[in-house]
Amino acid sequence: MISLEFLVASAIGVLVAGGIYLTLRGRTFQVVLGLTLFSYAVNMFLFASGRLVVDRAPIWSKSVTEYADPLPQALVLTAIVITFGMTALTVILTLRSFLESGSDQVDGDPSGNHEDDSA
Amino acid sequence: MNPVDQIAIAPIVVPALAAPLALLVMRRRRWLGVTISFTSCLLMLAAAVSLLLLADDGTIRTYEVGGWEAPFGIVLVVDRLASIMLVLASTLALLALLHATLTETDRDGWHFHPLLQFQLLGLNGAFLTGDLFNLFVFFEVLLIASYGLMLHGQGPARLKAGVQYVVVNIVGSSLFLIALGLLYSLTGTLNMAQMGLRVAAIGADDQWLLRIAGLLLVSVFALKAAIVPLHLWLPRTYAVATPAVAALFAIMTKVGVYSLIRVVPQIFGDGAGAAAWVPSPYLLPAAMITAILGFSGVFVARRLSEQAAYAVVGSTGTLMIAVAGWQADTIGAALYYLVHSTLAGAALFFIADVVARRRKSFGDTISSGPVSHDRQMVALLFLCAAIGAVGLPPLSGFIGKLLIMGSVADEAWWAWAWGVILGTTLIGVIGFARAGSTLFWKDGPLPEGAAPARTARFDLAAAAIALALMTALSVAAGPVTAYGEAAARQVMNSPATVDTILGAR
Repeated sequence: MISLEFLVASAIGVLVAGGIYLTLRGRTFQVVLGLTLFSYAVNMFLFASGRLVVDRAPIWSKSVTEYADPLPQALVLTAIVITFGMTALTVILTLRSFLESGSDQVDGDPSGNHEDDSA
Repeated sequence: MNPVDQIAIAPIVVPALAAPLALLVMRRRRWLGVTISFTSCLLMLAAAVSLLLLADDGTIRTYEVGGWEAPFGIVLVVDRLASIMLVLASTLALLALLHATLTETDRDGWHFHPLLQFQLLGLNGAFLTGDLFNLFVFFEVLLIASYGLMLHGQGPARLKAGVQYVVVNIVGSSLFLIALGLLYSLTGTLNMAQMGLRVAAIGADDQWLLRIAGLLLVSVFALKAAIVPLHLWLPRTYAVATPAVAALFAIMTKVGVYSLIRVVPQIFGDGAGAAAWVPSPYLLPAAMITAILGFSGVFVARRLSEQAAYAVVGSTGTLMIAVAGWQADTIGAALYYLVHSTLAGAALFFIADVVARRRKSFGDTISSGPVSHDRQMVALLFLCAAIGAVGLPPLSGFIGKLLIMGSVADEAWWAWAWGVILGTTLIGVIGFARAGSTLFWKDGPLPEGAAPARTARFDLAAAAIALALMTALSVAAGPVTAYGEAAARQVMNSPATVDTILGAR
């Protein structure tokens, strides 16, 4: 039986790997996707930093003495809001950059003849 | 809590109110928005100066936001270091605002003034907060505002550099969050003072995790400070930003340096047990290479704004050589040089703009062009700014570099530091001399049918004030260095800070 920790950790690992790979690509759309995956992984990681627990009260309950840590949830909420805004900004920015320079290469090469273009 | 203590939150509240207000009124009356912007900056400067004077008695003042007690709520910490940075930020903001308004570059886009206020909100918050996650939030505030400011005026070059700047910083913020998550899971707190206490108690099993967290955190700050190898984003970004904005950004790298000075002694200082001074072996060589690369960039730059951007990188490297000594006297010297190099960087960006405005199609490229209007005056300003930036006497850069060299003289690596600082100064002198002689001493032919452009002289004001401030800094070197050293001792004495923030335990 796979443990919860392994499941979450491997999910974060796969997301980070994909995110970093895509962020290092040459074209803006892939970079935006990569950043989204990467920040998604970071949010998961942050959420797990309060330890993974099952079936505990999140904030307060009369009958229980053991709680889940509420702080990472607050932190991750902040991080999600910021990430969401940043993703929107990046999308608009890359779109403007594409429209102004006529190239969706991150380094703005108008010829677009990069080796990674074939991907 | 007496009324005096309430000043601590003024540098955060004032821009937070001014920004939306300016946004609302500027739709109809532009001058009203400009007035609000100026008033807010002046209020911030007044608050910062009064905090600076208050902090001089050596007590660390805290402000518990919302009345929540220290380890649970967010606490603002006003000590000497924070107040130096606040004064520097609001002074620089006033200069940038003045230059933007005089040259009317604030009209190139819609939201210059609100964005500037939000930028200051982020800067001031980052300087004041005593909570690590809150530091992240204020970093985001200042970054998001800086994205807007960086793109101010638009154009393909800015958008191209803007995409890279945004992507680099988003990755940086994500790494910051990872470091925060690790530190929180290890210590169970986000309050910097309490984290410093708990780090010492971490067992041997988790030391590697703690080291990863510490080094990640330091890497993020090094990215903001543009320390090699994380400096590549800076010259491209700063060289294409609107000059007033680039001048304001001169303090953005210092935010990274400030965070290092604040966080490393408090969390990874002497009291951190096995993890004490984790980042120090890496920072010193990186700082030296940064200084060398920065001033080499000054030597090879093709445009004045690019040269100014490389001068910012180089001065950050010099600054970090002193900081990486991690002694009270080296950090004290670094603080003096920090104030100086911020002003010098801003002055260089202002002058690059002044030159570009006078040479029309030649722009600020380092090439000989026709005799431009007011050339002698501009040349004199450029000479002074260059003297300040490379650190020749009599301006404050010389005193700053002398202090740094004096403070590292007892370290084992002093010969390296002296060699790098003196060598980079020479490279910088040659670079600026080449730029100045090409620009101001060689005459090119006037292009067909073009009359020499006449420009009103008032756009020299911001550069002249920045240079005057540098002169004042060298005249008042005694009190300023005394304050800087006191600030450094306060930062290095983290047990006393912890007691003040968390209350007597």
